[in-house]
Amino acid sequence: MNVFFYIAAAVAIFSTIMAITGRNAIHSLLFLILSLLAVSVVFYLLQAPFIAALEVIIYAGAIMVLFIFVTMMLNIGLEKKTEKKWVRPGMWIIPSILAAVLLTDLVLALQVAPTATAARQIVEPKQVGISLFSTYLLAVEIAAVMLMAGVIGAYHLGSQKKKVTHRFLEN
Amino acid sequence: MEILISLIPAIPLLGFLFLSLAGGRVPRKLAGFVGAGTVGISMILTFIVAFVFIGSLHHIKVWNVVLWEWIGAADMHANIAFSLDSLSLIFMFVITFVGFLIHVYSLEFMAKDEGFTRFFAYMNLFVGSMLILVMSDNLLLMYLGWEGVGLCSYLLIGFWYKDPANGRAARKAFIVTRVGDTAMIFGIFILFLNFHTLNTQELMYDASMNWVMGAPIATLTAALLLGGALGKSAQLPLQTWLPDAMAGPSPVSALIHAATMVTAGVYLIARTNVLFMLAPAVRSAVAVIGALTLLLAGFSALTQHDLKRILAYSTISQIGYMFLALGVGAWSAAVFHFMVHAFFKALLFLGAGIIILVLNQEHNIFRMGGLRKKMPAVFITFLAGSASLSALPLVTAGFYSKDQILWYAFSSDYGSVLLWVAGIVGALLTALYSFRMIFITFYGEAKTEPSFKPGKLMLVPVSILAILSVIGGFVELPDSLGNVHLFSDLLSNTLPPVVLANKGIPEYFFQILSAVIVLAGIYLAYIVYLKKPEASESFRKSGLHAFFEEGWGFDALYDTLFVRPVVWLSEIDKKDFTDIFNKGLAGIALLFNTLLVKTQNGKLRWYLMSLAIGITLILTYMLTR
Amino acid sequence: MLTVPVQIQILLAGILFFLGLIGLLVRRNIIFMLMSVEIMFNSAGLVFIIAGSHWMQPDGQVMFIFILTVAAVEVAIGLALILQLYHHFKTLDADAIDKLKDKI
Repeated sequence: MNVFFYIAAAVAIFSTIMAITGRNAIHSLLFLILSLLAVSVVFYLLQAPFIAALEVIIYAGAIMVLFIFVTMMLNIGLEKKTEKKWVRPGMWIIPSILAAVLLTDLVLALQVAPTATAARQIVEPKQVGISLFSTYLLAVEIAAVMLMAGVIGAYHLGSQKKKVTHRFLEN
Repeated sequence: MEILISLIPAIPLLGFLFLSLAGGRVPRKLAGFVGAGTVGISMILTFIVAFVFIGSLHHIKVWNVVLWEWIGAADMHANIAFSLDSLSLIFMFVITFVGFLIHVYSLEFMAKDEGFTRFFAYMNLFVGSMLILVMSDNLLLMYLGWEGVGLCSYLLIGFWYKDPANGRAARKAFIVTRVGDTAMIFGIFILFLNFHTLNTQELMYDASMNWVMGAPIATLTAALLLGGALGKSAQLPLQTWLPDAMAGPSPVSALIHAATMVTAGVYLIARTNVLFMLAPAVRSAVAVIGALTLLLAGFSALTQHDLKRILAYSTISQIGYMFLALGVGAWSAAVFHFMVHAFFKALLFLGAGIIILVLNQEHNIFRMGGLRKKMPAVFITFLAGSASLSALPLVTAGFYSKDQILWYAFSSDYGSVLLWVAGIVGALLTALYSFRMIFITFYGEAKTEPSFKPGKLMLVPVSILAILSVIGGFVELPDSLGNVHLFSDLLSNTLPPVVLANKGIPEYFFQILSAVIVLAGIYLAYIVYLKKPEASESFRKSGLHAFFEEGWGFDALYDTLFVRPVVWLSEIDKKDFTDIFNKGLAGIALLFNTLLVKTQNGKLRWYLMSLAIGITLILTYMLTR
Repeated sequence: MLTVPVQIQILLAGILFFLGLIGLLVRRNIIFMLMSVEIMFNSAGLVFIIAGSHWMQPDGQVMFIFILTVAAVEVAIGLALILQLYHHFKTLDADAIDKLKDKI
């Protein structure tokens, strides 16, 4: 089973790298979807099948599709030249150094954690559901309100009123 | 009773607080009601207090009300405390009564002004400060009132602030009186250093016990206090601010620069008369300054063409009379003249205000004329005021008060013939210029037409003051004419009586002489300004006329002596090295601004990068510690 | 049963997170920046699942559900804002939107 984890991890990292270095927006988004699918496999391996399903349905299936819709609406894929101009190779150096430093920090921080390998049980989705609606009930309600706020916000922010100027003022 | 006494200055101050905090948000009627009402309440309270006071005069001469301790540091104690005696009572009566009439007049005079509420706020503050000045029992609280009236004078002279000339006049008034105020505070310092108390009564007692007559320290202190009085009362050499102070509205000129603030100097000298008696040199100086000022101002008043400037110089001249009286030891005569002068001078200023308002801001008397038939009520009251000013014999209050001063100028132990001569010449000049004013303004042909009829709120106060200018003198009739001494009896509880030297000539001789001189002056004015105006033409064009008109060149003198050198010094000092410190600070701040502004370039990725670097550094630091 | 050490699992999540961070700092197109933010969200959620599986509690998965909800709402509103930006500035360049800069 471990080998599957390493394969899925490699796929995830590779496709994420392709996503952030891509020039074509649609290609990048598709690579990102691939990365999300790989992470979903990792979730399944971590005894969380319900979450794996959720990841595919919501993250890859809804959010990324939203991204693709907007990209297609704004016709970004056609602007290959600007992307080339904006993403010069030299710009990767400093963020990579930063990320490397942070990664080193993470590795150093992880040295102290113990590796517990006790007997594993699957955490059933039923348990998750019961926990959601008993311990975290308030958070669920708030999340629902937030979703409603998001709907209203997205509606208002997305609407465009055509600016009407009098024909005498148009010039 | 104590509560009533302490309410008298408190109520106008409350009125000031209310009006200044309310700003322009209260309706005009309410602002006017509060503004005039507070002074009215103070007036009624003053009447009640006066009634009780006079009734109990045989066993209490001074009422002391201590409210709370203001400053208590080491051995310096100054309380918020009022002491009521007959001197302060007279002043309180004049301030509240004349002040109330002027406030009622202002309700109509300022009715169309946009700063209506502000005006009444300042006027209330003024009345409150002046009452504190005359009612306080220690010199420090009196100085507080002194400064307060100076501030209100500045605020009210420059009331129409949109014209920069008014601001200049206000600043001039403030700065010139400041010179006097500084001298006065030095005098208070010396008094405190010597006697360790600020209470006026205690100081006077201690001074009389410890200082011999003619001691240099007494002379110095008295001279410093005199400096303060000179500044506030616009006497020589600090008289230059009063004619320019006419830039303010007429009610301001009436209240502050005729009836009350300019008489604060008279109050000070009367209050500290013990000190002046201990310094004969200064006391003589008071009389001489008074005499010189009244002549100087009289000549200047004769040549002015602005109606209010004539009245301003007339005020300077009449206060010169009060100083003359104080200088010869006739304390109650000075206060009597103060009261009568308040009546007729306020009347004259209010009447001038009506004329100026009705003639659309026309100030030049040579462009007025013929108002006798067009504005009869104003004419009659103005005539009453001018007659009282000229001391028209027997029928006006001014005759009795001015006559008393002239008699004492000659017959007092400290008086002399020269002072009397100055006074009588001054009386001639007074008659001349006041009737010149009457004849040119009210007679002849009308050069400007009145635009409306003045209303009751302006005419009623003016009429009341006119009646008082006539009958107000009957409380003090000289021995030869009726021997009524109500006024001086009241004041004898506080002020020492006049020391008379027997010089042989009886009183009625002087009275007849002054009556003749006054009538001659009126007749002369009639001839020169009404019958044959061309007789004064050559005089009007002469250099002497211009010299008198410019106030005897004092403005030019001070300009050359003080203003020019200071301006020249500051010009050459413009680029001195101490600026480096100030400019350096500003330069450093600007440098940092230029540097730091580069970090706020509005670019999202710049901010993200700085965030990431920051987080990296912090995490690395925390992990490697 | 998965016996990969927890450190490696978290290291995976960390690598994904930092890749997202690099993408956020480097890319100039706003859509790409938002996409990198999504990568970071995802990796944060991964850490929660790892933790939940390690301690065998449902709380990790519950937290992931909430993170998912937040990410969804954030993407929706973010994209709506990007639409408005595009219509106003006619470009998707993040550097072109510097109207809040400090002018000397």
